[in-house]
Amino acid sequence: MHEWALAESVIAAASKIAEKEELKEVKEVIVKIGELQQVEEDILFFAFEQLKKDIFRKTKFQILKAMTKLRCRVCGTEWSFKKQSLDENNMESIHFVPEVAHAYVKCPKCRSPDFKIVEGRGIWLEEIKGAK
Amino acid sequence: MVDPRLSIIDNRLKSIKRIIAVSSGKGGVGKSMIATTFALALAKKGLKIGLFDLDFTSPSTHLILGIKNILPKEEKGIIPPIINNLSYMSLVYYSGELATPLRGEDTSNALIELLSVTKWDNLDILVIDMPPGIGDAVLDLIKLVKKIEFLIITTSSELAFHTVKKQLILLKELKVKTIGVLENMKINKMKTIKTETEKLGINFLGEIPYDKTLEESIGDCNKLSTTTFFQIVDETLTNNNIV
Repeated sequence: MHEWALAESVIAAASKIAEKEELKEVKEVIVKIGELQQVEEDILFFAFEQLKKDIFRKTKFQILKAMTKLRCRVCGTEWSFKKQSLDENNMESIHFVPEVAHAYVKCPKCRSPDFKIVEGRGIWLEEIKGAK
Repeated sequence: MVDPRLSIIDNRLKSIKRIIAVSSGKGGVGKSMIATTFALALAKKGLKIGLFDLDFTSPSTHLILGIKNILPKEEKGIIPPIINNLSYMSLVYYSGELATPLRGEDTSNALIELLSVTKWDNLDILVIDMPPGIGDAVLDLIKLVKKIEFLIITTSSELAFHTVKKQLILLKELKVKTIGVLENMKINKMKTIKTETEKLGINFLGEIPYDKTLEESIGDCNKLSTTTFFQIVDETLTNNNIV
């Protein structure tokens, strides 16, 4: 239920934006989750439903998915990360802290662990819609 | 696009009274050994203490504590296991003993991730073992952890103190609380470090003599607690009213 902690952070961030924009009600929150961290969508939805209160009581949560794009900083190769390429324990570790991918993933061309996570790392608050 | 994790960090740290980073501008001065001993000595006084290894690319506090095959529990976040009376958190739970080369951006992201999902118990003090230098980890902590205090370690070497002095000046300019400077691995009787530290208006906390036998207690906290090193770290805390 590490997703619960991420859901709490989304609600906290959305609350700050709503306060700043003086929203009386938040109608929709759109979050983007990266494939690399493999956030469980069902658990995230469940956590959102449980955490909904005050200005979020009627909020619709939408989850978009982002593919993981990695780029080797040595040879420039870009590739899409597929979780099937690693064993379950290593994927579990990346689920908790995506940066440990640098311990388990190598550039498919030159085998360097020096790559940039260009897209699809973790969780982002994409958009918040509300009424004043 | 907003990174939501930044909004929850204050909340995650609110149950911790004080957060002390054991840091040095220079590597190899004994930060990890002092951070771990400091945490163990505080816990021995009956305080609720956490230890967080922030040296992501070269973690070593787990070796000093003798930790093997332990994973944190998941309960609406990550719960640091209690080991030798310390709530203990390290990237090592996830990276194992593999090399984990991280650039600055990755270090910051890993730190933000752990700060936003780790659910610390009510703690009197969280001790942080810092990586060497005054780069990303120091700057991120100053930015993200409002109540951060620094405990600075140096050796007697001019080479170490040369960089440490820059760190002390930087912290002073940024108005970050610096508890003081501890001189580790002392092998001479010179008072240069004490004089130079006090000239900057910063507390000089004391000297810890070089202990050739300390290596033998790595991985064994009971043995560590019987060393002169442990005793001096403990006395330094008490004499300087750090806690």
